[in-house]
Amino acid sequence: MSFISLLWVLLLGSLLGLELIGKVPPTLHTPLMSGANAISGITMLAALTLIVKAEGNIPLLIIGSVSLGFALFNVVGGFFVTDRMLAMFSRKPSNKK
Amino acid sequence: MNLPVIIKFVIDLLAVLLLALGIKGLSKVKSARDANRLAAFAMLLSVVGLLSYYLGTSGIASQSWIWIIIGSIIGSLFGAILAKKVPMTSMPETVALFNGCGGMSSLLVALGVAIFPISGGQQNFDFFKSLINEVSISVSIFVGAITFTGSIVAMAKLQGWLSTPGWTQSKVRHFVNIVFAVASLVAFFDLINGNTSSIWLLVIVSSLLGIGVTLPIGGADMPVVISLLNSYSGIAAAAAGFVVDSQLLIVAGAMVGAAGLILTQVMCKGMNRSLVSVLFGGSLSAQSTASSGSGEYTNITSCSVEECALTLEAANKVIIVPGYGLAVAQAQHTLREVTKKLEQNGIEVVYAIHPVAGRMPGHMNVLLAEADVPYEQLKEMDVVNPDFPATDVVLVLGANDVVNPQAKNDSSSPLYGMPVLDVQEARTVFVIKRGMSAGYSGIKNDLFDLPNTSMVFGDAKKVLNDLIGELKDLGVGEK
Repeated sequence: MSFISLLWVLLLGSLLGLELIGKVPPTLHTPLMSGANAISGITMLAALTLIVKAEGNIPLLIIGSVSLGFALFNVVGGFFVTDRMLAMFSRKPSNKK
Repeated sequence: MNLPVIIKFVIDLLAVLLLALGIKGLSKVKSARDANRLAAFAMLLSVVGLLSYYLGTSGIASQSWIWIIIGSIIGSLFGAILAKKVPMTSMPETVALFNGCGGMSSLLVALGVAIFPISGGQQNFDFFKSLINEVSISVSIFVGAITFTGSIVAMAKLQGWLSTPGWTQSKVRHFVNIVFAVASLVAFFDLINGNTSSIWLLVIVSSLLGIGVTLPIGGADMPVVISLLNSYSGIAAAAAGFVVDSQLLIVAGAMVGAAGLILTQVMCKGMNRSLVSVLFGGSLSAQSTASSGSGEYTNITSCSVEECALTLEAANKVIIVPGYGLAVAQAQHTLREVTKKLEQNGIEVVYAIHPVAGRMPGHMNVLLAEADVPYEQLKEMDVVNPDFPATDVVLVLGANDVVNPQAKNDSSSPLYGMPVLDVQEARTVFVIKRGMSAGYSGIKNDLFDLPNTSMVFGDAKKVLNDLIGELKDLGVGEK
């Protein structure tokens, strides 16, 4: 990919992000922040790339692996904790009946 | 284009679409839980896409597999354990910790690429061979380091491990931060000029900048900071995307970065604070003690738990105003016991939720939901405010600034203009509080001086427990 097309990708991605969240009820601020936070752990893909392309370079493999660990800590923890929060909301109405 | 490239292209496209739908869905109560799962699935999909692409093209060495598996297992395991174990009251600092680790990950990728340039092989990158790579590596390191140290400081402050040092409230901090910022810029350009050794300078000063900016910010503003840092970690991910040439990373990172900015803005609005004053104004208490926080209370009425119970028993409609103090005392379950008793006696109970109640917007809803409070009983500020005049008793539990009438009546108050709950309109107001200390803002609360307000001094949990005992003695809720 050329740099210019990557810049386009960046621009369009940013615009999409700005549009996605319009009105958020305060109830959801914390879960939304936590969910978006989990998505920012997408750097795990960069860490994976690093490991695959390390070609036996041990320090690079280690850095990549640690980086992958941090990213997955963010991703897995983030989604689980968001789910835990949201489970509390969705459980209520069904309990009432 | 060969097959693996096409497959990866399709998978990436699908993943971006699902991530966007996920973020969108997370902003609606009904769809939020499914949306979260959808986003998680999209992330998994993106990993499958990337790995299958490498399997189909260059192949993945067994050595690489080992390190992938080690990193994945350790990271996921710790993440899952923490997410399961952490109490709901510590949610803000947990999000901060996760966020910091995301920033750290981007930082490490850029560092790895920068320190160990790989040469040869058509599949490898041209690290440090182009300006673009140098810039994206530098940005990734800079933003990643700020995200990491800033988030860790935010977490430590919320946990109470770190207090706000005195010097950070003086003007000195601006000078210190400017020095860090300038040093980061110098290192940044030095690095782009090809002086690779300045990479360490960049790591160090941008880490210090993250600490220097976050440290002066008071606890009340911390959620805004975490939200902002969350946006940064998206930007760091996008920068890492430029480093490894991945469109998916750039899109997802940019999406999170932009969405995080919007959320930060929404939160600021709810707290009547501007982003600039949050970031550069220091903690609110430092400003207000200088201006108007010195007022004395003249007309405090305190009463016993017994009196409080008697009044509650005679009430028809009760509104509970939960706040930070309730979260700290972890008294939400005890509170639920009290309200259950009242409901069994036919008393109407409603919870009034200020947009920033608790330690983070929406945090109080999560805490009360955990204590099995029915969702329909949680009323948002705009909905509940007209109800106060027709209310017999208001119980204020560990909330302070959000019920301060000054915000409406006193244009000289730093709180002026902040949306508040009009609890003083009710017939009787009980404020359960440890002592007369001020709220976050450090501002005197005029509510406490009003004739229809009574203070019940004590720890929220203990008072509520005593209240249960008193209500039992009165025979409330025992039918």
